[in-house]
Amino acid sequence: MKYELQLKNIKEGFRKDVERLSKQKISNCYQCGKCSAGCPVAYAMEYPPSMAMRMIQLGMHDRLMSANTSWFCVSCETCTTRCPREIDIAKVMDTLKIMAQAGKYKVSDNEVPIFDWIFLKSIELTGKIYEIGMIGAYNMLSLNPFKDVFPMGVKMILKGKISFIPHLIYNPLEMIKNIMMFRKIRKKDRERIYEKNV
Amino acid sequence: MARIGVFVCHCGTNIAGVVDVARVAKYAESLPGVRASIDYKYMCSDPGQNTVIEAIKKYNLDRIVVSACSPRMHEGTFRKTMERAGLNPYLMEMANIREHVSWVHSDDKELATQKAMKVMEMAVAKVRRSEALSKMYASIEKRALVIGGGIAGIQAAIDIAAAGYKVVLVEKEPSIGGRMAQLDKTFPTLDCSACILTPKMVAVAQDPNITLMTYAEVVEVCGYVGQFDVKIKQKAKSVNSKCIGCGVCITKCPNKKSLSEFNEKLAPRKAIYTPFPQAVPNVPVIDRENCTFFKTGKCKICEKVCPTGAIEYSQQDEIIKEKFGAVVVATGFNIYDHSNYGEYGYGEIKDVITSLQFERLLNSSGPTDGHVVRPSDHKEVKNVVFIQCVGSRDEAKHRPYCSRVCCMYTAKQAMLLKDHYPETQSYVFYIDIRSAGKNYEEFVQRAQNDYGVVYLRGRVSKIFERGEKLIVKGADTLSGAQVEVEADMVVLANGLEPRSHAKELAQLFHMSYDQYGFYNELHPKLAPVETAISGVYVAGCCISPKDIPDTVAQASATAAKVCALFAKEKMEVEPLIAAVNPLTCSGCETCYNVCPYSAIEMEDKEVKRGDVRHVAKVIESVCKGCGACVGSCYCKAVDLKGFSDRQVMNQIEAATQELSTKDKLQSTI
Repeated sequence: MKYELQLKNIKEGFRKDVERLSKQKISNCYQCGKCSAGCPVAYAMEYPPSMAMRMIQLGMHDRLMSANTSWFCVSCETCTTRCPREIDIAKVMDTLKIMAQAGKYKVSDNEVPIFDWIFLKSIELTGKIYEIGMIGAYNMLSLNPFKDVFPMGVKMILKGKISFIPHLIYNPLEMIKNIMMFRKIRKKDRERIYEKNV
Repeated sequence: MARIGVFVCHCGTNIAGVVDVARVAKYAESLPGVRASIDYKYMCSDPGQNTVIEAIKKYNLDRIVVSACSPRMHEGTFRKTMERAGLNPYLMEMANIREHVSWVHSDDKELATQKAMKVMEMAVAKVRRSEALSKMYASIEKRALVIGGGIAGIQAAIDIAAAGYKVVLVEKEPSIGGRMAQLDKTFPTLDCSACILTPKMVAVAQDPNITLMTYAEVVEVCGYVGQFDVKIKQKAKSVNSKCIGCGVCITKCPNKKSLSEFNEKLAPRKAIYTPFPQAVPNVPVIDRENCTFFKTGKCKICEKVCPTGAIEYSQQDEIIKEKFGAVVVATGFNIYDHSNYGEYGYGEIKDVITSLQFERLLNSSGPTDGHVVRPSDHKEVKNVVFIQCVGSRDEAKHRPYCSRVCCMYTAKQAMLLKDHYPETQSYVFYIDIRSAGKNYEEFVQRAQNDYGVVYLRGRVSKIFERGEKLIVKGADTLSGAQVEVEADMVVLANGLEPRSHAKELAQLFHMSYDQYGFYNELHPKLAPVETAISGVYVAGCCISPKDIPDTVAQASATAAKVCALFAKEKMEVEPLIAAVNPLTCSGCETCYNVCPYSAIEMEDKEVKRGDVRHVAKVIESVCKGCGACVGSCYCKAVDLKGFSDRQVMNQIEAATQELSTKDKLQSTI
């Protein structure tokens, strides 16, 4: 597939953004492929880590940000440990996730951020994962209401593996208070990370 | 009053691009004693030098300052110009306004110009006090020392000896031959390595001009080009010259606990041994650390079986003092120890072997007689994986350089394996194929196309054992796929690094080396076999990883350099040495003690009529002009010619004064 290279994304733009946020020198990568070789989830990725590094070097943000590569990274850091050029690849993957959230670069696949938001909401309200609420909300918001309901969901409800009533922690209010406090303290930081830098 | 000429060079735009050379020249005119000041595009060119000569004649100058590049670059050039103009060459000073000014201060042109003026002014101040010096000559000891008996040392020794000069070849191991003797075949022609090396080894042994000292090490060096005093430690071989090389002692020796270094620890060897059957000299040595007699005091079997009575347990290490005119250092390489690579098993998986070990397995005189078998269970192999760039191109392991030969020897080994066992299959994991050389690329192509070696572009991430097999987890970045190969044996293409004692040897000679221990050549392009120490030359892999053709070429180059040095009757030396004024010398012997070259001797001298004093004296041919004695003298009795106290004080004065007001006005305008 032909790709039109854009010099501004190579010289500055995307590559520079990734390098600045992750504090890694992506241009160091010489494509030996050791990261892809050891990655336990590379088989499921659209682009393996080494290819992702190359795409950052060439500023192919539209392809990379829409791919599942960074979202599938499990942060096991095998790649980071073995990289002969000492690039923290796991950190670069994290950075790509942060950048996807910040929204400067277009991301076509937006279900993962939805999942993240619902997950955090569940923690905030119940202090734990409220499975049925989470599944329901995720299915609704991702416009796929019957995903995994038949027969797996029904079976699990019948066996009592998941329940309609949320399990609460001893003091759910304390959790809400903590999260509110965290939001207040971190607001400036988040602004810095999401808006000013990205 | 001195009549000084100042010549400011533009060096194209190298200097003129940053420094306002016209202003520097104009400023020079305002300095006392300066009668002429000229700037020119290339002062070192022929017309540039003629400008200097013409100006000297026209203005009747008696000393000059050249404001140009580093004296290392063109001091010699302008000294010759001085001679052509009929002046003493030591009445010339270089002011370095290129390396010291324009190249490092390109960001601020105004300040750079002011610094250039200052540097020039200092040189003018110094030259004002310069004295005419006459050239000195030293004799040359026409014997060469070659350190290292690998192919580089062998070639250098043969070439120097062919010119009729005496050579001493010192080798640490019991036999010469080095790494090349360990190899099975050589790329790209697949010549048998031993077949082309052994004739040269024999030639060394038979050449009447070459003295071979094996099992010996250089331990101390002093002196300088033409006159190196070297102490060589001849380790006790415990076998004397009566030995006829019959080998009975080796066969009968009951002690085979130690592992053969020559066979890369794949096979045991006896305590009395020669490294390999074609060893030169074919005289065994006793490894005293492992010999039963030296450990327990009992055994002496070798002495009993020796037909000529050559075994001599009482031999001691001997220090031999020799004088040499030139030294060739060719210490060669070690291969990278992969025990740092956790992902490749920390060097503890038995069937993950180094390339040199594989080379020994392939060799018909190797530990397995040429059968390629797994070291763990001695089973023959079917699938072999080769991994390139182990300890090369790896910053995380502090080996960022390319070792140059691994791509080629891996292709060779894969081909040889296929030749030996047509049913085997080789896989090569590579990052990039570097096959620059005559017929090299074709060779790698042949391995891929004719021999069916599977090349996979990607570094291997992990090797682990599963049952009897080794699982190699790699990737092929060209297809983007992860690859897993089930192998019987993994061969690592270990990179090259300097010998472990390379640094200590360099320190003996005061040679410089890089962070890995590779010796620095004088100039990477134009003086590739010289070092910063004149009279010491380097060849082969001790400079950087290289293949056999390049090594041999370098060895012959060092021989040419040595012969050129020896062809002269006498050698010109710089007269920039220390001199003692006996009238003020107190005879305290401080300089005598600090001199690093032992160039000062104490003598009783009649300094005035009837006044005999104990004073220091500089041995002119030994002094290197380092200035240690000058700094240490309590009564300022020692001075360095060309860098006298008066010259240096003048320079400091010039440096600490403000630039003259006249130029300040100019710069504000």
